[in-house]
Amino acid sequence: MQPLVEMRNISIAFGGVQAVDDVSIDLYPGEVVGLLGHNGAGKSTLIKILSGAYRADSGEILIDGEKVTIASPRDARAHNIETIHQTLALADNLPAPANLFLGRELRTMFGFLDDSRMESETRKIMARLNPNFKKVADPVSALSGGQRQSVAIARAVYFNARILIMDEPTAALGVHETKMVADLIMELKAQGLGIFLISHDTREMMALCDRVSVMKNGQLIGTERVEDVTEDDILSMIIMGKKAEKAA
Amino acid sequence: MSTQNTTTSTPATKARPAPRAKLTDTLELDTRLMGMIGAFILVMVVFNVLTDGRFLTPRNIFNLTIQTVSVAIMATGMVFVIVTRHIDLSVGALLATCSAVMAMMQTAWLPQLLGLPLGHPLIPWLAIGAGILTGGLIGAFQGYLSGYLMIPAFIVTLGGLLVWRNTAWYLTNGQTIGPLDSTFQMFGGINGTLGEFWSWVIGIVATLAALVGLWAKRRDKTRHDFPVKPMWAEITLGAIIAGVILGFIAVLNSYQIPVARLNRQFEARGEVMPEGYSAAYGLPISVLLLIVVAVVMTVVARKTRLGRYIFATGGNPQAAELSGINTRLLTVKVFAIMGALCAISAVVASARLTNHSNDIGTLDELRVIAAAVIGGTALAGGIGTIYGAILGALIMQSLQSGMAMVGVDAPLQNIVVGSVLVLAVLIDIIYRRRTGKG
Repeated sequence: MQPLVEMRNISIAFGGVQAVDDVSIDLYPGEVVGLLGHNGAGKSTLIKILSGAYRADSGEILIDGEKVTIASPRDARAHNIETIHQTLALADNLPAPANLFLGRELRTMFGFLDDSRMESETRKIMARLNPNFKKVADPVSALSGGQRQSVAIARAVYFNARILIMDEPTAALGVHETKMVADLIMELKAQGLGIFLISHDTREMMALCDRVSVMKNGQLIGTERVEDVTEDDILSMIIMGKKAEKAA
Repeated sequence: MSTQNTTTSTPATKARPAPRAKLTDTLELDTRLMGMIGAFILVMVVFNVLTDGRFLTPRNIFNLTIQTVSVAIMATGMVFVIVTRHIDLSVGALLATCSAVMAMMQTAWLPQLLGLPLGHPLIPWLAIGAGILTGGLIGAFQGYLSGYLMIPAFIVTLGGLLVWRNTAWYLTNGQTIGPLDSTFQMFGGINGTLGEFWSWVIGIVATLAALVGLWAKRRDKTRHDFPVKPMWAEITLGAIIAGVILGFIAVLNSYQIPVARLNRQFEARGEVMPEGYSAAYGLPISVLLLIVVAVVMTVVARKTRLGRYIFATGGNPQAAELSGINTRLLTVKVFAIMGALCAISAVVASARLTNHSNDIGTLDELRVIAAAVIGGTALAGGIGTIYGAILGALIMQSLQSGMAMVGVDAPLQNIVVGSVLVLAVLIDIIYRRRTGKG
């Protein structure tokens, strides 16, 4: 089967610090690949190269087997890559519809913003993702962490992402909301999306992912299928920075 | 003009779901706006009492509005600048440069270089076009320095304050240039008013437009099954808007042109004034210009991508960038708009004086920033309204004119205005903390 995304030999340095060092990962349709590692291991940086926030110094990105150039968030979106950033990337002073459609506003035939249609589309998609979501007209600063997260997720889902990048999607959430996000990931996976998931929670990753890639100091330590390893194996890869001895 | 939203700044805030408990919610009135209007009315009433009724005469209201126009036009642009977390300290100096360019165009460059005779009908329009182009380009340049070269806007425009003030000096060799073209002077206020008939026409058209706007908004909401306010609330709001617009026109139409001035007008046409003839000033063209600017800027803020991106960038610049918004180019656009508005203000300011002088627009940057801030624009970015800035300019001008009428010394006037600015921001901070808005 053709991988949805291949990132080959990606490197990037910031002022002498090799943040990502010759890393190759791939992602298949309907698959969840987890990225694990300590803070500063290079996970977020690697993923920001795919989402267009950074440009790699070297290496190449292939989508559906074809080489692509991703120079900006707009380019990433054009390839149906949607990102849910760790910081959520919401404009707090604007309500949910304005955030959901930010950069891709619906407009009337005269070119003006069609706020009514954006609001009604927001109500529709939120009814599906988070039925408790009611504050459509309030600035998102007035929303809870879970509600804000669902706005960020709605933004990815609404625009028919094929490749979804989720950077710590459950870090700020309560138990109930975390479960909601986990269910959603499973649903999107079943629809055939490829998902890159970044998290610190090894147990959560073992439950949600098909494969996990472990990074340390900018380097890829290894990629394993979750059924082939134990949580302890993964932990030792994160801490020791080398592959666990596989029990034959 | 449309109805006010329930929150101060968010352009997209429209429908609020039930339950609708409070009256202010039912009417979808902006409580912050109500507070500002309350403060404005209070200032008016207090000065009217202190001046034994001289403050709220048609004549003084007329003067107050024409004195406010120049600062108010720039304040609408300053809203965009401050919302995107920038500041523009160069607006007064930029106004002077634009004014100098326009004055030189109509008195020297066009007649001497292009050979257009003085008083040629094209002169004022070519001059205004050149002024707006100058303002827009200088603004864009300052926006480029700030957006692309990452020099803080505070520094770029602080430098600009000195550069453009003295560029204006060199353009005119430090001379006062005048008198300006007579058509050009019509943008100044008293020398260009619409008269009773056309003032009523404008008033009625504006009222109808507002009512149609209200109705269209309601129909749009019903079509999308959003909650709408009760019919009586809609009608009350419509009645208030109509009352304010038509009342304002009625006041301006009751300011009679002095008989001596009318006599001169008839004499100039070689006629004799009929016995008992009278005429009123009506709506000044400069005020009409401000209203047009306000409507256009409000539409840009609420109904266009540019406006949406301005507010999004002010709320969270990283989010805006990750959403694919070119925030650097946006900075250039915002400062270009500010520059063009400085030029429009320069038309009004120099036309009002009937000449260009070196000190035109001095300290306007402070008045403009104060108007925007009193009008609820948050320096932290992301929050601000066009109507708020205009109301802020009106409140400041009323304070200043009122104190002058009462006979307060100029130094004390400045002390009061400065204190009011700080106090207004304090009240705003407390208000936002209490209501959790912004």
